[in-house]
Amino acid sequence: MNASHSGWDWISVLVMSPLFVFIYLPVAVLVLFSFHAGQVPVPPFEGPSLTWYAKVLASDRITSAGFNSIVVGVLSSLVATLLATLAAWGLARHRVPGARAIEALLFLPLAVSYLVIGVGLLVAFSAVGIGKSLMAVGIGHVVLNLPLAFAVVYGQFDRDQARLEQAARDLGATEVQVFLRVTVPLLRPAILAAFLLSLTFSWDEFIVAFLLSGFDPTLPVVIWGMLRTGLNPQTNAAGTLVFLASLAAGIVFEVALLRRRRDARAG
Amino acid sequence: MREPAELKLDRVSKRYDAVTAVDDVSFDVPPGAYVVLLGPSGSGKTTVLSMLGGFTLPSAGRILIGDEDVTLVPPAKRPTATVFQDYALFPHLGVARNVAFGLSVRGVPKAEIAQRVAAALKLVGLEDFGGRSISAMSGGQRQRIALARALVTEPALLLLDEPLGALDLSLRRQMQEELRHIQRSQGRTFVHVTHDQEEAMAIADLIVIMNRGRIEDIGPPTRVYERPRTCFTANFLGESTVIEGTVVACTDGRIVVDSVCGRVEVSGDRAVGSLVHIALRPEALRIGRCADGDQPLGEMQVEDCIFQGSFQRVAGSNIHGLRLLAKVEPQSRTVGQCVPISARRSGLVLLED
Repeated sequence: MNASHSGWDWISVLVMSPLFVFIYLPVAVLVLFSFHAGQVPVPPFEGPSLTWYAKVLASDRITSAGFNSIVVGVLSSLVATLLATLAAWGLARHRVPGARAIEALLFLPLAVSYLVIGVGLLVAFSAVGIGKSLMAVGIGHVVLNLPLAFAVVYGQFDRDQARLEQAARDLGATEVQVFLRVTVPLLRPAILAAFLLSLTFSWDEFIVAFLLSGFDPTLPVVIWGMLRTGLNPQTNAAGTLVFLASLAAGIVFEVALLRRRRDARAG
Repeated sequence: MREPAELKLDRVSKRYDAVTAVDDVSFDVPPGAYVVLLGPSGSGKTTVLSMLGGFTLPSAGRILIGDEDVTLVPPAKRPTATVFQDYALFPHLGVARNVAFGLSVRGVPKAEIAQRVAAALKLVGLEDFGGRSISAMSGGQRQRIALARALVTEPALLLLDEPLGALDLSLRRQMQEELRHIQRSQGRTFVHVTHDQEEAMAIADLIVIMNRGRIEDIGPPTRVYERPRTCFTANFLGESTVIEGTVVACTDGRIVVDSVCGRVEVSGDRAVGSLVHIALRPEALRIGRCADGDQPLGEMQVEDCIFQGSFQRVAGSNIHGLRLLAKVEPQSRTVGQCVPISARRSGLVLLED
């Protein structure tokens, strides 16, 4: 029994380690060479040095793009999460004609490629006279993130939650009180998770941002622009900063989900 | 505080497409009574409770609490509060804030809320637990919190949906006593749904026995047990032997029935020639020589003897294959033995068809 177990472990190590190397080596190399002292990010590694970070933070183009990314990310995620929460509440708690069709339409964009959505938005925006702008990128990100945010929040509207809302009504709560005192507090972890998920997707998103941003590009677009002029440790440094921000949001997202599961068990 | 009010159901029905969950149910409950709706699953008892709470709208009929017709009043505006089967406590609020919920949404002043919540927690024996979180409480404690949360709103009618179903047996018996005590001390009307007939007999002032959406019997536990109205009641509430027979004579409110246990005389009034059923509780069946004034029922062959402390449960059958059940004083009996049997006259109950 034990022998076969350790045999399995040995095989898992054999299979999993190349997999992890495959996934994480590029990131590790990116991060390592952001501390490179030389002009070109190729081995051998020289350093460590923070020169390139200093350059990144001194570059108006990069910092303003970072700021643009934050504005677009936060605002589009707020809008996507708000719309998703209201849609989930409406569909889960009210009789809506054609609810199943609406639900399907809300999930459908998940299956459509970003390129198709981006080009579609570009054509549609120029038809109605909205130029390339951060606003256009933001609307695009709402379109991309709404289905995800909806899926996360909608999953929380289960029978247990319906029972608790019923109990609140029984105790004399009005519909507004039920929503504000029971529904929203119980949804809080799911809403936070939906927001953070939207934020990380928006932060990393390139295609739609590339197609729709004009003179105010977002960070991924600027990094792509830097790559066109050749490899440079400054790109590595910018990439590392983008990666760290995503990582932080990812960690908060995990913690929020974990808390939701623990709450569900306790309830 | 709201006065305990009379409850009246007037020809209430609930139909779902093809299924009739509740079929023309009417009953009255006097103020301050402990009512138990008893029945097997699917009997409609939970649907009745749900209509009382306002969660389900009746297809027909009226529900009155006191003088008010509440048939179409939403749950939030009814003078009712419910203890749910799964308690439905708010996991994001602590114990005291759960109990305070009903008062706080009604805009009761903070000082009064604190005072009433403390009193409600004391009533259920949880005065030191107000600051705890719900997840730290045991099943029995959660049950008490749910009770306190409902009682603190001082409902005219407290609805309990299988409130003790999730508790183990000893805790259940203890909670039955406490529920009874709380109900008596507050004089409030309780409507309690259960499928546990022992629980029903232990706590009810009034038992409503339901089966397939209809009321089979309604009355105080002793009456319903001793003189069941229908075959269903005789078998569902406790155990009974049901003797089938044909009426051969009828005089002065007594009928003589020709049955598989011989000629049996029982009080009642039926036409000669009609088929009747007579119920007999195990306590009313006697084994041995027939005493003066008792009704002889022939013989039975003993099939099973179980010693149960103060009495012995004897099961057997007669030559026609009728199964009989007796609870008698313990005595050594052997399986296969044939014994003469008889019944206390008052224990023979003519059932409605």
